[in-house]
Amino acid sequence: MKLEMKNIFIGLVLASTLAKAQVPSPAAIENSKVWIMAGTLHIGNGKVYTNASLRFDKGIITAIDSFRAPKDFPDHKIFLAKHVYAGLIAPNTTLGLNEVDAIRSTRDYNEVGQNNANIRSLIAYNTDSKVIPTLRSNGILLAQITPSGGNISGQSSVVQLDAWNWEDAAIKVDDALHINWPRMSLQFGWGAESSEAEKGQIEMAINAMNKIFSDAKSYCSSKGMEVNLKLEAFRGVFGGTKKVFVHTDGAREMISAVQFMQRYGIKPVIVGGDESHLITKFLRDNQIAVILIRTHNLPSLPDDDIDLPYKMPKILHDSGVLYCLADVSAWQQRNLPFQAGTSVAFGLTAEQALMAITKNTAEILGISDKYGTLEVGKSATIIVSEGDILDMKSSKVTRAWIDGRPIDLDDTQKQLNRKYNTKYFGK
Amino acid sequence: MYLIKKFLTLYLLVSGFMVWAQIRVPQNGVVDAFEGITAFTNCTLIKDPQTKVLNATLIIQNAKIIAAGPALIIPKEAKIIDLHGKWVYASFIDLWSEYGVAKAQNKANERGPQFLSSKKGAWYWNEAIHPEVKASEVFSVQKEEAKAMRDLGFGLAVCHQQNGIARGTGLVVALGNETEQKMIINSSYGHYFSFNKGNSTQDYPSSLMGSIALLRQFYCDSKWAMGAKENEIDLSLKNYKLSQGMPHFFETGDVQDLLRADKIGDEFGIQYTLKGNGDEYQFIDEVKRTNTHLILPLNFPEAFDVEDPLDARLIGLTELKHWEMAPFNPVMVYNKGIEFSMTLAGLKKYDKFWTNIYKSIANGLTEEYALRALTTNPAKVLKMEALYGTLEVGKFANFIITDGNVFKEGTTILENWVLGKQNVNIDWQNSNYSGKYNLAFNDSTYTININGKSWQPKAEFQPKTKGELKLSLKNGFITYQLTLKNGKFSNGSGYKTGNNITLISSDSLGKPMTFSAVYIGPADVPTDSIKKKTEALVPKYALPWQYNLPKELSYLIANATVWTCGSQGKLENTDVLIKDGKIIGLGKGLINQGAVKIDGTGMHLTPGIIDEHSHIAISKGVNEGTQSITSEVRIEDVINAKDVNIYRQMAGGVTTSHLLHGSANAIGGQTALIKLKYGEAPENLKFPNDHRFIKFALGENVKQSNWGDFNTIRFPQTRMGVEQVFQDGFMRAKAYGDLKKTIGYRTDLELEALLEILNAKRFITCHSYVQSEINMLMHLADSFGFKVNTFTHILEGYKVADKMKNHGVAASTFSDWWGYKYEVVDAIPYNPGIMQKVGVLTGINSDDAEMGRRLNQEAAKAIKYSDVSEIDALNMVTTNPAKMLHIDNRVGQIRIGMDADLVLWDGQPLSNYSKPQTTWIDGKIYFDRTEDAKKRLEISKERQRIINDMLKAKKKGESTRKAGKTLEPEYHCDSEN
Repeated sequence: MKLEMKNIFIGLVLASTLAKAQVPSPAAIENSKVWIMAGTLHIGNGKVYTNASLRFDKGIITAIDSFRAPKDFPDHKIFLAKHVYAGLIAPNTTLGLNEVDAIRSTRDYNEVGQNNANIRSLIAYNTDSKVIPTLRSNGILLAQITPSGGNISGQSSVVQLDAWNWEDAAIKVDDALHINWPRMSLQFGWGAESSEAEKGQIEMAINAMNKIFSDAKSYCSSKGMEVNLKLEAFRGVFGGTKKVFVHTDGAREMISAVQFMQRYGIKPVIVGGDESHLITKFLRDNQIAVILIRTHNLPSLPDDDIDLPYKMPKILHDSGVLYCLADVSAWQQRNLPFQAGTSVAFGLTAEQALMAITKNTAEILGISDKYGTLEVGKSATIIVSEGDILDMKSSKVTRAWIDGRPIDLDDTQKQLNRKYNTKYFGK
Repeated sequence: MYLIKKFLTLYLLVSGFMVWAQIRVPQNGVVDAFEGITAFTNCTLIKDPQTKVLNATLIIQNAKIIAAGPALIIPKEAKIIDLHGKWVYASFIDLWSEYGVAKAQNKANERGPQFLSSKKGAWYWNEAIHPEVKASEVFSVQKEEAKAMRDLGFGLAVCHQQNGIARGTGLVVALGNETEQKMIINSSYGHYFSFNKGNSTQDYPSSLMGSIALLRQFYCDSKWAMGAKENEIDLSLKNYKLSQGMPHFFETGDVQDLLRADKIGDEFGIQYTLKGNGDEYQFIDEVKRTNTHLILPLNFPEAFDVEDPLDARLIGLTELKHWEMAPFNPVMVYNKGIEFSMTLAGLKKYDKFWTNIYKSIANGLTEEYALRALTTNPAKVLKMEALYGTLEVGKFANFIITDGNVFKEGTTILENWVLGKQNVNIDWQNSNYSGKYNLAFNDSTYTININGKSWQPKAEFQPKTKGELKLSLKNGFITYQLTLKNGKFSNGSGYKTGNNITLISSDSLGKPMTFSAVYIGPADVPTDSIKKKTEALVPKYALPWQYNLPKELSYLIANATVWTCGSQGKLENTDVLIKDGKIIGLGKGLINQGAVKIDGTGMHLTPGIIDEHSHIAISKGVNEGTQSITSEVRIEDVINAKDVNIYRQMAGGVTTSHLLHGSANAIGGQTALIKLKYGEAPENLKFPNDHRFIKFALGENVKQSNWGDFNTIRFPQTRMGVEQVFQDGFMRAKAYGDLKKTIGYRTDLELEALLEILNAKRFITCHSYVQSEINMLMHLADSFGFKVNTFTHILEGYKVADKMKNHGVAASTFSDWWGYKYEVVDAIPYNPGIMQKVGVLTGINSDDAEMGRRLNQEAAKAIKYSDVSEIDALNMVTTNPAKMLHIDNRVGQIRIGMDADLVLWDGQPLSNYSKPQTTWIDGKIYFDRTEDAKKRLEISKERQRIINDMLKAKKKGESTRKAGKTLEPEYHCDSEN
């Protein structure tokens, strides 16, 4: 195939050698139609096409088909790419709420108090966090910014990772209420916490939660009541427009939480789910989705299969449980694709593994109408890589668009890399 | 004849001397101290564990035995106690007790650091070292506690104040009720030690390795105090010096601690008597090698309540297994030929003491040894076997009277005589109501059978259907409740009249009435249903990690892609032959010299991964961060062979780990190098290397930046101060080196380690982040004439890579960690690549138990971020760390003569789509994925078997404890202890 070179951008960023030491500016929308010629096009729903074309216009994917001659679409800006994926999504992260773990003044994710239903993460999301571009550099373009702590941590929002401020970052405002379910089993030994279980107060804790939910239901079903900020936060929860994410790991806790929520007509999402493998049938039958946190983890019990955390995606996939992957904290999120990759070593195909950081995540977060897969009509939120992005030895993200805007993939770490390469090697 | 003569002579001697005893304490009233002679006749006398005398007599006078044996002439004036049917044993000796000793008071713990001892005076600088404490000075007789111990059969106890690391001296006491002056047999006996700092509020030591170092330094100090002219007084050392020659006892927390204590003893020429913990079976061969006399508790754990499988699954097999194994511990120790005594210590409830002895005997411990462990063995330890422990003439009258074989369930200890003084447990000499009687009642005559123990009569109608009769006995009288089948009821009391029983009741008007039960003959005794003796089987394997330890075999790994990590690079379709723990062949078409052939087609073989920075397999604290310099502490003292992460990491291809002290202080502890041979004892894990290492640290952890508001006092609090800590340390070490050329110096373990650095015998691996401090340490090292060996973490190494190259220091870094504290805001994933390209020897480490399982993937990130070649990337976790650790002559490459530490991968070793199939260490397969699956099944079955047994135990009414998850520490550099 002979290509007209003037429109073609080889899939490598020609990085600026100027050290900027700052977060790059958010991009404007592509001023022309874009055509990506992909060696391998990973749709994100399990399908993969080789030698495929993807075209988008004004931020929306307009076509996916096979390789065509450049002259077919002369008005398109053309990019050659080896691997093309939908932008990756990091759920349940403190990104933008947490700059440096050890510095208190940079931690904005954990409010005091047990019931913080009214807390909203979005307004604290710092679009100028130096962490954000390092995630983009590994293909993560969307994230669910989530508070933590207390029994009810507050509300998360879903954002895209290239914005001037939280307003233009938001793609789903106050998407979910986050609840920590009380641990129901006992802990002993090193660093054991004294939770409700040790104090024999599980029932009390669940009763307290019940009071909050019944109050909220009553409050939300009537109008003209005196405003109660905490209960106000539940609007949408009962109508199904705001999700409830329950953070818990134990099988008993998951069952307890799901049945509790079902009494209020709520279908919660489980975050954590260490023991999901014990109750796959329950999860599937009740259509409960699970966000696995950090599968690059040690088994929680000494006699567990040494690879249990690595195998969890395969177990849930095979059982028909909808699940996706998350990592902890903020900066660690850039390794999310490699956690998906590890599940390939333990039985999933690469395309199945990919779903756990794209399509499945979008479905669980309720943004699959626009994000998570490369399909006509969906957002042009796309990454391009030199190799398989799930394997660290080949993942090299060279280009990305969010809603059709070409993202500057530079970050402060790349800047430092250039600075010292120049120092030592003059380049 | 000769013997009898001897008895008589002795009897005369003793009685002759003891006519009149001096009384020192003023008496209120006339003196009343008659003792006389007491003869115990017709008993079964267990003179010593081997000697049982039937129909024996025991004669005592003035607290001592003056005769013991069959057919003795009883002095006329003797009080006679007929012990027909009773057995007499020497009473027991508890070597590990806190009886009567006041507990050390807990002190208020103020927030913020406490560097020095809060004990005022010229004492040892550390508050946990107080050999001057004399338990006898805080001893008082505690009558209730003494009775509780006596009722179990004990007559003597060896007590000490169970507080601190050097706890002071103990005492030997008799468990009678007389004054302290009389009950203390030896007021100064034994020195006691532990690893637990007790009520000391001083910061140091905060870790087990710190306790060990402190104790070692104490022994060094006392050795010095023995010899040299003291230019300063230390009353603690002085006290210790005065009580030299006393036996040393050591309390430990578990079997690995026990081995650690013994090692200290070996170093300083002390054979400790070690208090065990009931888990000795876990490393029984190693315990045997300590040559100790064990003091064994009988603290068998309760079963877990496992009715809910979701709870049951939280309990590790080791814990489940311990429930099953602990009752076998005594017999396993016995079978190994380890001498031991048994103690009450560790029992939460004393009533379990006998239950657990019965269990031990049912499990195979002989009755004879059980008795030895309670009598002659402790007497021997006390070197008091001439006076206690057996019932021979001349020994103290410390004995118990039982109604049968004391080791048979159902036997009762009736009396316990302490130093010739009677203590009654059971009022057994009351009237004996045993017999068969005719009872005239309600116009009929009923036959009543009364049997059971004489102090616990049990009555029944014959035949049983006629009615019910309940009896109890008090002060010689019985009370009864009688119910006939027809509902007629009577109650009242009764007493013995000759052979008959006179019963007193009242009629319906309340008028007293009496009637009789007429004796018609001896009671019918129910014949014991002979229990079938079940053969006690010691369960097959003690612990999960001891399943199937690998065999030494020769292996031929054929036709694999071999990553040599050496000059030969990557070899396709190549064979590797290993034998006797070494690689003996590398090439194509190797001949299978009787080796097990493993087909490596399509697979990749690499050297075992070497983790330069790991904190797995460490017991009880990774940081001794209480002082800025703690070079005296050693990770090798606290290797935890039971850590399951050893196995998990090996399953991720790691074969050698460098276990580092944390980074809480500028000069941390000495490191340990281990091979991950899971299942072996701690000492067998150690990688023998002449070149030793030590952890240094710089930056925020050292200056306590993230330790909260109460830690702002310890020097240094700035990077400026950190330099001065090193400067000062090395100057002192240098001066110490000069002092060592003289005589009479005090061995200083802290400076010894620093001196080794100056003498190039010990090498530094230094936790580091920021370029300024990195540069500083290289300058400082240059000024003292040594080289920094390795910078670990070294996240800003890329900024000073050229200087590092010039210094010759290696870099062992994370692939991509950053953002967790201020000093890592400039950390970049391009760091390893830049350093490597500049020419610094670069490795990738974990510092994390999880990341250690996939270091190959972390190395692969150097390809992603810096386009490092695949071979160079793999070298970063194999040969490069081997070079840093000066073990590249043994490991890190595949070539002939190297240790056979190998990993066979099911795919390209730098891909996270691959995983290890088999891991060899020293030529043995310690991990194999196929075997692992089988082992897992076995573990699962074993768990279920024990869980079922626990369910049965609960059904039988045994008490249980709640099930839950026992958390194990996971250490990182900045773990708080």
